[in-house]
Amino acid sequence: MKLDKKLLGQTGSVKLYLGLTVGIGLLTGILIIFQAHFLSQIIDSVFLKNNNGGLTLPLLMLLGLIVARAGLTWGSEVSANRVAGRVKSNLRQKLFARLLKLGPAYTRRERSGELSNVVVEGVESLDPYFSQYLPQVFLTLLVPLVVLIVVFVADMLSGIVLLLTTPLLPLFMILIGLKTKAVSEKQWGLLSVMSAHFLDVLQGLTTLKLFGRSQHQEETISRISDRFRVTTLKVLRVAFLSALVMELGATLSTAIIAVEIGLRLLYGQIPFQSAFFVLLLAPEFYLPFRALGSRFHASASASAASGRIFEILEAPEPQPETANPASGPLKTPTAIRFEEVYYAYKSEGETRPALQGVSFEVKMGQKVVLVGPSGAGKSTLFQLLLRFIEPDSGTIRLEYGNTNTALSSVAAREWRELVGWVPQNPYLFNTSVIENIRLGRPEATLEEVSVAARQAHAHEFIEALPLGYNTVIGERGARLSGGQAQRLSLARAFLKDAPVLLLDEATSNLDPENESLVLDATEKLMQGRLTLIIAHRPSTIGRADRLIRLEAGRVVTQEGPKLEKLAHRKPEEAK
Amino acid sequence: MKTFGRLVNLALPLRGGMALATLIGVLTVGAGIGLLTTSAYLISMAALHPSVAALGVAIVGVRFFGLARGVFRYLERYVSHNVTFRLLARFRVWFYRSIEPLAPARLMEHRSGDLLSRVVADIETLQNFYLRVIAPPLVALVIGLGMWFFLGAYNVVFAFAFLGFYGLAGIGVPLLTHLLSRKLGQELITTRAELNVQLIDGIQGMADLIAFNQEDRQQTRVEDLNRKLTDLQKRLAWVNGLQGALGNLLMNLAVWTMLILAIPLVRNGELDGIYLALLALAALSSFEAVLPLPGAFQQLGSSLEAAHRLFEIADTKPAVTTITEPQPTPTDYSLNVTQLGFRYQPNEPKALDGLSFSLKPGQTLAVVGTSGSGKTTLANLLLRFWDYQEGQITLGGYDLQRYSPAATARLIGVVTQQTHLFNTTIRENLLIARSDATQDEIEQATRQANIHDFILSLPQGYQTRVGEMGLGLSGGERQRLAIARAILKNAPILLLDEATANLDAANEREVLDAIHRLMQNRTTIIITHRLIALDRADQILVLKAGRVVERGTQSELLQQEGFYWRMWELQNAVTREQGLEVG
Repeated sequence: MKLDKKLLGQTGSVKLYLGLTVGIGLLTGILIIFQAHFLSQIIDSVFLKNNNGGLTLPLLMLLGLIVARAGLTWGSEVSANRVAGRVKSNLRQKLFARLLKLGPAYTRRERSGELSNVVVEGVESLDPYFSQYLPQVFLTLLVPLVVLIVVFVADMLSGIVLLLTTPLLPLFMILIGLKTKAVSEKQWGLLSVMSAHFLDVLQGLTTLKLFGRSQHQEETISRISDRFRVTTLKVLRVAFLSALVMELGATLSTAIIAVEIGLRLLYGQIPFQSAFFVLLLAPEFYLPFRALGSRFHASASASAASGRIFEILEAPEPQPETANPASGPLKTPTAIRFEEVYYAYKSEGETRPALQGVSFEVKMGQKVVLVGPSGAGKSTLFQLLLRFIEPDSGTIRLEYGNTNTALSSVAAREWRELVGWVPQNPYLFNTSVIENIRLGRPEATLEEVSVAARQAHAHEFIEALPLGYNTVIGERGARLSGGQAQRLSLARAFLKDAPVLLLDEATSNLDPENESLVLDATEKLMQGRLTLIIAHRPSTIGRADRLIRLEAGRVVTQEGPKLEKLAHRKPEEAK
Repeated sequence: MKTFGRLVNLALPLRGGMALATLIGVLTVGAGIGLLTTSAYLISMAALHPSVAALGVAIVGVRFFGLARGVFRYLERYVSHNVTFRLLARFRVWFYRSIEPLAPARLMEHRSGDLLSRVVADIETLQNFYLRVIAPPLVALVIGLGMWFFLGAYNVVFAFAFLGFYGLAGIGVPLLTHLLSRKLGQELITTRAELNVQLIDGIQGMADLIAFNQEDRQQTRVEDLNRKLTDLQKRLAWVNGLQGALGNLLMNLAVWTMLILAIPLVRNGELDGIYLALLALAALSSFEAVLPLPGAFQQLGSSLEAAHRLFEIADTKPAVTTITEPQPTPTDYSLNVTQLGFRYQPNEPKALDGLSFSLKPGQTLAVVGTSGSGKTTLANLLLRFWDYQEGQITLGGYDLQRYSPAATARLIGVVTQQTHLFNTTIRENLLIARSDATQDEIEQATRQANIHDFILSLPQGYQTRVGEMGLGLSGGERQRLAIARAILKNAPILLLDEATANLDAANEREVLDAIHRLMQNRTTIIITHRLIALDRADQILVLKAGRVVERGTQSELLQQEGFYWRMWELQNAVTREQGLEVG
């Protein structure tokens, strides 16, 4: 009876309901015993004693027990759901909060699908563990014991028969449990291989068609499905066989008791009522074991899902915030200075240095362009400035005239109030356009949002959408092109109107028409702010005050203005 | 109801297996009833102290049913799973056969997120159609009938009383819970989907949220939905609890009613008291057959939904009409396009409008433009994924629509940017192009495509499975495998659709080398937004919003300093900047 310690740890707040569920189960067991008692008493008195009176009370008692049992069945379901519901709800909350703490560095986009699957489906798959398996573990310990004691009191010999078969059951169960786990894992493995093949063929259908091979695939699908059937049945036969042993164990024991008490009845060694009573109780003795056996897979799949859940919950937090979160609003600095900043990405024992001693200064009102090959450390600089990560060594300083303060000593939230960010691939949320722009300032009015959208050259295409600003992005063909997404992102930055601007230019979407609109909006946005741009466009580079070239995590050159010639070269010159 | 009928029709060829599985299912429940009734009969008999011989039959019966129960259960599982997997295979083949003519045009229209993975999941739901939907009511029906006759043999009153409770438990309870939970269930599904959306937003958009200090709002949203979900599940548990309680209540009430009805009969001698225990236990154990029915009812709902979605896809009309008349033999491999016009949907703007060009055998045409300009539409029309609506395409002197899609596929070799590699060996993946190719021919093709040495460096060479390398194949390697396929296929016309997109500069050069070897002596159409190595093209068309805005050779187009020049300028500036970075 495997009980996962970590999963059990989650029951802290719901011990009461878990106890209630087990209590109801135990009470049901006791009611069943009484029901058997009255049933055997009634039949005994009618059948053998020809008792005419005094039956009304037992019959009414029996009816009462029946109704009470139904009530308990109801209560048990509701109470078991409370256990599972609370645990699941708590875990989801904890998981999402944890992911927010771990930050964007952990939830890289490529695994976001898997992560949300863990939070929804992974947590959901724990339900049978808490609502069925866990209460059943306790009930399997309690109910057979009560039944056994009662049977012993009613008829010693039958009690001994039950007792003798008892050690066999847990043994069978363990054997079957181990076997079924292996078997069901194997079966799911086979099924997923099979489904993967089918999906593979469906996804490759166009390719098959282009090579004129699509019509041959029917046979392949049918052949592979058939092979799957044969192998799976072979695998399942083992599982069915262990279930057969379990079933036979229970039914044959019942049969043995029936024959045993039947023969003793024959010789008058046991009264009919006790005999019938024992016969009714014998299946109840085995039932909890069988119920537990059939819930083994709930335990197995829960422990599989819980592995991933606790991996997330126990992932080390990259850098706990040291600053006082309630330090109040931050003043706009006059400059930002990097002093010998080092940063390396660590994953699974590997360290990949990204910044190796970077120093430079940017003053308020300046436009500084960052260039360099991919992997040079440009995005790492932005991540540091957004406080998604903190430097391994070195300091980023905020200058205030004669004084300065380390960026790491101010509250991240207060700092981010001063920063506008236009990422390379802005994320568009599954909500309306207006809500997407309001990310920049949630309390902004429609008027303010549309002003920002006009400034970002986004107003025209938004108005052309089916429901204008209220169009939900992604619905009914309202997909935005990369260029339009960029302009929405610019609108966010206009709306936020923060003094520090981090701009990551897109490399793709080299569409000359969109280009000029984005460029014009960007130009307006940068006015009077401290701007850092990761640039790919010559036109952007041309208008910067300064160019910082990064290579392998180091600043290679810092050039002044005079970048015009780079921007406007004729193609012939470039060749 | 129509969906149900079609579903049953699809499953009908397996009726033999289903009937057998149902029969064994009935026998399994029957053995359970037999065990309890013979046991009750045995001890009732024994209580009257007859001779041992009189008990002989009952003892044998108890032992028999005890054994038979387990054996039948085993057989039933085996046979029904066999049927289930056969159904799964049937559904797959049926679905594949239905959508094969639809690919890729109609599937693209349907594509919402991961349509294909949903299809696979839907078919897996349907595999339970027999096991969970068809079998339980049939078993319950036969057991109900059997019990009717069995109880009726003692007294018809028993039969009627039993049937009342049995019917309520088998039909009334599932119906009631269905009515009570239908709205809740739908709300549960939408809430769960909404929670998923908010979580994906929260996780994928986390950087944007945190940068704008909006993560708390998202957390509140997730918490609200989570609370709503928990609350809905709580309410659903009340309904599920009610269902369990009613099933249990009806079962025990049936037993109680048997007693109430039988006791007076025993007293006035119409019924032998020996049968009293037997009748009670027979009623009790027969309810095993109706307890799975509420589950079957729920499963029916999800099966019908899954089937409805699949039928909806399968019923789509193909985008291309296939002419069955004899296929023309092209006189040469020239292509002529005149005033070609096309729109995907009647209410959409034209994706192509008045496009004309003519391409002599062996010539190269390049079609360039930004995304959405109509380049890919042209490729789709040439490959006969869709039928064009205006103008004409002729291939080798005949209208393209006179060739079947399969014949078109034989004439045109294609390298696209999303090359699908199947989860099988590299060799098998290459053989898709020509199934009778020898190893020599394969190697000749891979050498030309610059990929032979790479394949040999893999652990099992040509026998290496693509899937086992995970994402081990780079974009460039995939493209070169696609080119090797095109070489093997050796079709007279070549269509390159963004064949070098998503490749880095070094890879792009290698792939281009392979492509240039492939282009020799073939009529070639290059579709691209990357203006690289286009000086080889005999003609370049610049598309914008479905229309040709400029045409000519590269040097002519650059001279004009128009749209092409601006695109060229923009790209070369970026390439130059990257060149500076690397250098």
